[in-house]
Amino acid sequence: MIVGEQKPLEEIMNLLGDARRVLVVGCGTCVTVCFAGGEKEAAILASALRMKSQLEGHPMEVDEVTVQRQCEWEYIDPLADRLKDYDAILSLACGIGVQAMNERFPESITLPGLNTTFLGLPEEHGVWVERCQACGDCILGLTFGICPIARCSKQLLNGPCGGSQNGVCEVSSDVPCAWHLIWERAIQFGQVERLLEVQPPKNWSRSRDGGPRKIVREDLRLPEKA
Amino acid sequence: MSNPANGYKSGSNLEKLLRAGHFVVTAEIGPPQSADPEVIRRKARLLRGVVDATNITDNQTAIVRMSSIASAVLAMQEGVEPIVQMTCRDRNRLAMQSDLLGAYALGVRNLLCLTGDHQGFGNHPTAKNVHDLDSIQFIQMVKEMRDEGRFQCGDPIKGLRPCFFIGAAENPFADPLDFRPYRLMKKIAAGVDFIQTQIILDIPRFRDFMKRVVDMGLHEQVYILAGIGPLKSTGAARYMRDKVPGMRVREEYVERMEAAVAGIPKEDKQARKEAWEREGIRIAIEQIQEIREIPGVAGVHIMAIEWEEAVRPIVEGAGLLPRPVVE
Repeated sequence: MIVGEQKPLEEIMNLLGDARRVLVVGCGTCVTVCFAGGEKEAAILASALRMKSQLEGHPMEVDEVTVQRQCEWEYIDPLADRLKDYDAILSLACGIGVQAMNERFPESITLPGLNTTFLGLPEEHGVWVERCQACGDCILGLTFGICPIARCSKQLLNGPCGGSQNGVCEVSSDVPCAWHLIWERAIQFGQVERLLEVQPPKNWSRSRDGGPRKIVREDLRLPEKA
Repeated sequence: MSNPANGYKSGSNLEKLLRAGHFVVTAEIGPPQSADPEVIRRKARLLRGVVDATNITDNQTAIVRMSSIASAVLAMQEGVEPIVQMTCRDRNRLAMQSDLLGAYALGVRNLLCLTGDHQGFGNHPTAKNVHDLDSIQFIQMVKEMRDEGRFQCGDPIKGLRPCFFIGAAENPFADPLDFRPYRLMKKIAAGVDFIQTQIILDIPRFRDFMKRVVDMGLHEQVYILAGIGPLKSTGAARYMRDKVPGMRVREEYVERMEAAVAGIPKEDKQARKEAWEREGIRIAIEQIQEIREIPGVAGVHIMAIEWEEAVRPIVEGAGLLPRPVVE
């Protein structure tokens, strides 16, 4: 899922500036699951904004609403009539949701209340870790199901660098060395030889480096759009 | 092949000496965090005639310093053959190849292909890193430029090819330990000519590594230079033991450095410094003598970080002066 975390209240207040009427829009999908921008977090943030603005002597009117998925038109379209009542919209969705709102409702300004952090999973309750960089050319089949693009600090493709020690990355003792994990999996499956082949330079054009990406599925397009 | 006139891959002094079977000595110059050419010139003069070639580090520990290629040219002007270090951290494949063409045009013949320390350690921790290639892919690219006359994309090099003697690093002490000889094997498959190891402060472990290397026959396919890092103080030994990722330091070295200043009052800083330096140089000399006897070792690489003055007494003390000359 997409993992995010809320921006500091101070930063959100600065983003909102002089806005007096604010609508906080939560999202019911990824950011709900990671406790960053769902219905509950939208309500807590709205309340915090009301209190802080009151204390600072320029009270804001803050309402909140949560949609099932902020990144799909059909879920955000019902908001259309409400938005004109507000000076600013504060989205608690990921960066995709924020942009969907700005794209669909260009007459309003929607601001980000979260930092979209990574694609990952909850390793345990309250701990999320990155697992995918959406590089566009999955190599998990070569690396025993552990991604060195997302999990190696240097995105190495041919084994660990010289900074791997006791199974951890040189960058931080909190970060497991991805190549150490890959090596252990190779031993587990008795397939060490698969790691001995020199992997050629990666085609980064399929990643973000090729520019913004797009997928068109003609088989799925509706006739009037095709 | 690339340089049919003389039969060498690059024709560098380092390559010729290794090919002739000499036990080679290399050292390291760290460029300044300034634009002052005199720093390189002074360090180069300390090493001239003492070593066979000198590494010029590339923004080592991710701290901005004078370009390794520019520094290499200054070193050459002082009569020292450079080994230009280049990391994958700061350049993509376009910038790497363009700098390699430039370095060769300026007379550089030895190259050390490195991954690079993470920028988080250095003075620009908010920088974006590159890692378009890893060090093994980097070696392969340089080899193809030299031997096939083509760029990484496959386009031909129109005209003079850059013909480098290709080096790489290897850390026999990093984990996973069992993978290390295989990593060396991959570097050989990619086309590396020589290896310089991480600083060795655990000789038994290095001996184990070399035994595996020799058992696999890798020492016959690549020249391995053992890394020597003279210790400057007890604190430096502890720092390497505790803080440097991928380093292993045997307790005996920390104890010897500590014993070297026993009885010297803490206030007498000069006397302590001299005692430490004497012991650090003595240890380095003993290590070279011991490592020289390990099968498969083709030379030593002395990393006297910001202490280039130590190189001459170490090389001299190890009985490696004068340096051989090969035509």
